[in-house]
Formats: sequence, structure tokens, C-alpha cells
Amino acid sequence: MMLVFSLFFLLPLLFVVIVSAWDYNEYEMVPAFSLRGYTDTFEGCIADLPEFCTILKTYLKTLELCVLTWVLTLVIGFTVAYFLAFHVRSKTWQIVLTLLCTIPFWTSNVIRMIAWIPLLGRNGLVNKGLQGMGLIHQPLEWLLFSEFSVVLALVHLFTFFMVVPIFNSMIRIDKRLIEAAYDAGATGWQTLVNIVIPLAKPGIVIGSIFVITIVMGDFVTVGVMGGQQIASAGKIIETRLNALQFPAAAANAVILLGITILIISSLTRIVDIRKEL
Amino acid sequence: MGEKRPRSFYFLALFFIAYVLFLYGPMFAIYILSFQGPDGGLTFPMNGTSLVWFSKVFSGGGIVDIGAAFKRSLELGLVVMVLTVLLSVSAGMAFRKPFRGATVLFYVAIASLIMPSIITSLGIGLEFRLLDDFVNSLGVEGWTTGMGLFTSGLGAHLTWTLPFGLLIMFAIFNRFDGRLEEAARDLGATPWQTFRHVVLPIILPSVVGIGLFGFTLSWDELARSSQAIGSVNTLPLELQGLTTTVTKPDIYALGTLTSAVSFLVIFTALIVILVLQARQRRHGSDAGKGMV
Repeated sequence: MMLVFSLFFLLPLLFVVIVSAWDYNEYEMVPAFSLRGYTDTFEGCIADLPEFCTILKTYLKTLELCVLTWVLTLVIGFTVAYFLAFHVRSKTWQIVLTLLCTIPFWTSNVIRMIAWIPLLGRNGLVNKGLQGMGLIHQPLEWLLFSEFSVVLALVHLFTFFMVVPIFNSMIRIDKRLIEAAYDAGATGWQTLVNIVIPLAKPGIVIGSIFVITIVMGDFVTVGVMGGQQIASAGKIIETRLNALQFPAAAANAVILLGITILIISSLTRIVDIRKEL
Repeated sequence: MGEKRPRSFYFLALFFIAYVLFLYGPMFAIYILSFQGPDGGLTFPMNGTSLVWFSKVFSGGGIVDIGAAFKRSLELGLVVMVLTVLLSVSAGMAFRKPFRGATVLFYVAIASLIMPSIITSLGIGLEFRLLDDFVNSLGVEGWTTGMGLFTSGLGAHLTWTLPFGLLIMFAIFNRFDGRLEEAARDLGATPWQTFRHVVLPIILPSVVGIGLFGFTLSWDELARSSQAIGSVNTLPLELQGLTTTVTKPDIYALGTLTSAVSFLVIFTALIVILVLQARQRRHGSDAGKGMV
């Protein structure tokens, strides 16, 4: 297992870092030290100050998508997990309902994205419905191939990653603690804030790590649902690769990696992952 | 159980139902639309019903060679499944005793799981490109590329499926009663016999689960494959390519077919797990039941 990870994970990462400091020309990479990959990426950034240059704008946009998706998946995921853990009483039902949430995870992401097209398109169900009710007269253009559809698809795809760890934490909470809280006269809201949320924190953090890392590196969902029009950190890498500019792609990968590690390490400060399995 | 459910239950139940509808609704929309009549378009309403778009997919009418991609994905998925099961089970067994490098391996696996896919993919792509350059510089005859479905592609998929397998194994062994093995040893079982007749039957349902993860994750994997697969494409890659060009419901038909394979695998695995668990209960200990 270590061998597989070394060959296909550690070594590749090392190459990404090395190649990010290589020179390149129009069609191939040149194994000579150069920071062109990085300087090209930030081209014009200093000149454009105080305006943000394209690359910074792109990263900010990615962060924005990331935060939006994170908040939505957290709220939805927490509520769903709370329902499964505390309100579904029989074990069988708990398993059945959890499976119900898991099955889509085992099917193709691309198909789950395409599935939105007949609903959100210009002649899609939503537009038809709203027009039928006389609420709008022109089809809404921002439903599909927009930031809205990107976030919608991301939430649709990845809430599962939030539900499972949070559910896992909640199921371990001793029910007597909650009864004790009620007996001591706490309201439902107070119990939630003071008992359930602190004890479910490890699950929340693990889920957040999953969602954030996935969204930060995502280029497929942004590509398909954004109609290939919206830029994101992952998309930059893909574009560079299509242009065969490997060092530039690698440089962007290193930057993305740095940001991701920064986010994760600040999150893991809060919780020790290994203890929670 | 008789106590009255609080009001919040109904609110949360509604929320849950809404979530499930949100999960499944769009998928069912395309399953229905894939039976669109020959004149139908990409959206509702249905313009009659037909199997035209399915036959289009099978005959390859207009789109790239779907059949071949389908077969490639299937083969790769099966290989990934077998390797994931073998490696996860052996690693899971190993992790029960502390060994050198255990912590490192654990953190590497977690890192591999949460690393943005495109970075892993790019790295593997670069690795094989450099390998090619290296082999070519040695002057080996007839070498074209080391990149391919069962080298770089397989590796890319394993970096994604193995962490899941490992985590599932952890979950199993956290609840595993070690005394069962001791009992087997005391009765004179060799380590292999202990594993084969005691440990394996107990963990088998979860092992099937790992296989399920291995196959479905590989079958639908896209981001990691994108740079690491070489010259041929897997089915999800073809599908992604089609999203930008296709304007007819045949893409829905293809989506329905792909999902059908996923569902087939999922339900087979779930049934196997249920059967195994039922068997465990039947063959379980009857100690203390008063039968002599």
C-alpha cells in the first residue's frame, strides 16, 4: 500500500513541485531552473495595483464559491444528520435513510450535473413553470451556466461529505446528556447550541475539510455548470495543461496546494482527525 | 417508543424529504427524458416515447466510440475493485498492531484523499512524461509511452479508492473483538486458518462494501483520470467531453445507461451484504439460549 501511495501520490507531488520551477517554451518543458511558471502566473499583478489582476480575481472567485458552498452544505448537512441521528428512532430506518442519501454518491457526478440542464435551461422546467404562473415573462438567464448553477451543483454533489462525518459524530453523543439538559430546563435551542454542536464539532471539521478541498480543486463542475465561462483555481491549471505549459500548471498547482494546506491546518488545529475514527 | 414526537420532528422530516427530492429529482428527470421521442429535444415536455436514443448510443451514431469507453471503464473498475479490496484488507490487518511508519502511512492516505484531484492527476501525468523522456534518452527501441489505462490510470484511481478502503477497515476493526482470534489460536489454528475461518467471515460484509466503493468510485472517477489516463478515455471523460457538444437526448440515454450499471452494482453489493449478515445471524452462537 505504501508502495502504491509512493508511486502514485508522493512521487507525483514531488514532480509537481520540481517542474513548477522549470522553464518552458511553446511546446515542451525545459529542465532548467526558472521561476517563469510563477512570474507568468502573476504577470501584470504589480502594475495593475491597486486593482486586482486576473489571477487574484480568479482565486478570490474560487474562495467565494468555496465559502458559499461550504455554508450551504454545512447547514443542509447538519440538519439532515441531526434528523437522522436524533429523530429517526429505529436502527433499520436509520440505515435505510442513510443508504438513501449514499446511493447518489455512488453514481456518476457528470450525470448528476447534466441532470440539472433540463430543469434550469432556458426552456427548462423552472422557467416554464414560472412563466406558466405568470411570475416572469422572459426566461431567467442566470439559472444555468452561471455561478448560481455552479454552487447549486456543488451543493447537490457534495453535501453527502458533510452528512456522513457529522452523523458519525452525533450518533456517539450519549443520549443521556441531552435528557439531562432537558431535565435541567434547557430549551431545544440551548441544547443544540451548548451540547450537540460542541460534541459534533469533529464531524463538522472533517466534513468541512472534505468540502473545501474538493471545491478548491474542482474544475469539472465549474466547467460543466459554468458553461466553461467561469474561471476557478482548478480551471487555470486545466487551461495551462491544455496549452501544454506544464511548469505553469505545476506552479499554479503548488499555489493551490499551499492555500489548501493553510486552510486544512487551521481547521485541524481544532480537532485531531485520527482520534475520531 | 410510544411518546409523542416533538413538533421539530415534522419540520426536520420535511426538510429531509426535501433534501432527498433535491438529490434524486434531477436524476429522475434525465432518466425520463432519455426515453424522449425521436423529435424530442433536451427538455420537457416529452415528445412521445421511444428507445431511439438508446439505439443511437449503441450504434455509436455520431458520437465517439462509447462502447469501447464503456468496456475500458468496466475493466479498469474491476481491476481497481480487486486491488482496493486486497490492499485495504491487508493494510487494515497490519494497522491493528503498531508498526514502523504506521502514522506516516495513515497521514499519507488521508492526504491522498483530500488532495485536490487535479494536483494528483497533474503529478502522475508529469511523472509518466518524465519517465518517457528518460526511457527515450536511454534509446530503448519501440518505446512510445508508459502512460496508459492500467499504469498511470490505475494508479490515479487507487489514490482515490484506497483511502476509502482503509478508513472502512479502521471502522471495522475498531469494533472487532480480538478475543475471537485468541480463542482460535488457543484451539490450535494457524494464523492463516484464523484469518480464513474466523476473521474473514466476520468482516466479509464490510469487505463487500469496500469492493462496492472501489468499483463505483473508479467507474465515475473523472478529475484524477483527466491528465493521467493517456491517449484513451474512460466513460466519464467521454461524457464530460460530450456535455459541450451534444444537443440531443442521446447524452441522457448514455447517462441512464451509466447509472444503470452503478445501480446494478450497488444493489448486487447490498443484497450480498444482507445475505451475508443473515447468514452470520443464523450461524451465530447459540450460547445461553437454553438448548442442550
